[in-house]
Amino acid sequence: MGDMNIQAIEQYRSDFLKEVEERVEEGHWVKMCMQCGVCSGSCPFGPHWAHPPQEIFMMIRAGKREEVLSSDSMWMCTSCYNCVVRCPRQLPITQIMHGLATYAHRLGLAPRNQPTRDFSILFWENCTKTGRVNELKLTLGVYFREGLMAGIKKAWNMRNIGFGLLLTKRLNPFELFKGHACKDQKGIHAMLKKAQEIEARRHKLPA
Amino acid sequence: MAKKEYAFYPGCSSQLKASASNYLVSVNAMCKTLDVKLTTIPDWNCCGASISYAGAGELPRHVLNARNFALSEQHLPGQDIVATCAACWLGARETKEKLDASSQLLADTNEALKAAGLHYEGKAEIRHMVAVLIEDFGYAELGKPVVKPLEGLKFAGYVGCQTNRPFGIAGESFENPMYLDKLVETVGAEALTQYDQKVTCCGGALAFSETEKAMKQIKDIVESAYDHGADMIVTPCPLCQANVEVYQSEINKTHSTKFAMPVTYYSQLMTVAYGGTPKEAGLDGHIIKPTKLQEIAVKVVPKR
Repeated sequence: MGDMNIQAIEQYRSDFLKEVEERVEEGHWVKMCMQCGVCSGSCPFGPHWAHPPQEIFMMIRAGKREEVLSSDSMWMCTSCYNCVVRCPRQLPITQIMHGLATYAHRLGLAPRNQPTRDFSILFWENCTKTGRVNELKLTLGVYFREGLMAGIKKAWNMRNIGFGLLLTKRLNPFELFKGHACKDQKGIHAMLKKAQEIEARRHKLPA
Repeated sequence: MAKKEYAFYPGCSSQLKASASNYLVSVNAMCKTLDVKLTTIPDWNCCGASISYAGAGELPRHVLNARNFALSEQHLPGQDIVATCAACWLGARETKEKLDASSQLLADTNEALKAAGLHYEGKAEIRHMVAVLIEDFGYAELGKPVVKPLEGLKFAGYVGCQTNRPFGIAGESFENPMYLDKLVETVGAEALTQYDQKVTCCGGALAFSETEKAMKQIKDIVESAYDHGADMIVTPCPLCQANVEVYQSEINKTHSTKFAMPVTYYSQLMTVAYGGTPKEAGLDGHIIKPTKLQEIAVKVVPKR
């Protein structure tokens, strides 16, 4: 991961905007932002962003590579799409924030132990393993990500919700052993591997 | 009424003993009354939801969705794909629009799909169940099978985010969509049209990772329902339903509130209004019991 970051710095020098345009999903839209701030004001988690989207866009153009990619900000996106529908220039802001977060993660620059990053990775691994989400393992994965004791504490705190879901048949303890699954898991894994290869090629990422 | 057929994409949360299993139960009952045949796409897979981005990237996400499209085209040719989950629908619809707009992306997708022995033609349409109800039936038609109007019940129509933005239901505004209120009125209940948290985000998947922040959103959503005199909240989204229902007890612990606001699905209202039993409406799947809906559901169906 470190190598990939060094390679990117060497390739793009101080042109962070170009780097974003070539390597980040929907990155070519960044130059279109007119700094009105509607996105920042529309975000349900707005107060929790160190740099709201409007600022992120300007920071990219100002070449603040390290500050943007190591920021906690993009990980605050709840995918509510409020900014997208309100943006006067119709920037796909949600996708750009996801794209920036993903790129930061791939370069190894995303903040360590960022809970939403951890959950995002966990979700992807969970759902692609068998082709379908295993909700029990996903939830336990979140609770136990900071270790056994922290996990037990968190699970204990959430016990009422867990029992409630169990009693209403919305949680299956046996998913720990065998959950829902697709039949053609081999095909799914092969096609995703292929997709990752093609994506690396398209985004000019080193293999 | 003419029988209508669709390719069905139920999504992970609708599966047996999953978090929105009662949603599917009520959708099945509703569709039975409306004479809708839903055929599940064989071996469908998860859409990746909106949260998996950091692991997924762009193309793998589209390929996941395109696999379902390809399977649907192969096994259920000519049928529209219908999703009941907001995130499934949004993810699939986004992929569909992206692939329609870019021949490069479509070619890349098909190159990857080939590894699973599949090919996507680009024909299948992706629709949300709510759009099917409104566009293929219409409110008047949906009102015809009502045998038990939900008289006296007041609903806060919580539309949430992902059935509303960025695509939404055709003809509706993003800021104040009216379709859910109209569905509530169609089944004879009162829609609290002034409910101001109608399109507020519940925190979505971040309820798992940023629970405190999400709980603040949920508190606003529930509090406003009480302020407007709601008996229940109704929503079209399984994640909204789960978040807004299950976190109320936690909010009560931290804020000394006494929230116990049931959160239901539109399909449950319709099933009960159509004369379905509490079981058929999936009313046994709630932590906070929708008692008033249950009372109507157990009443003997009056002769028409």
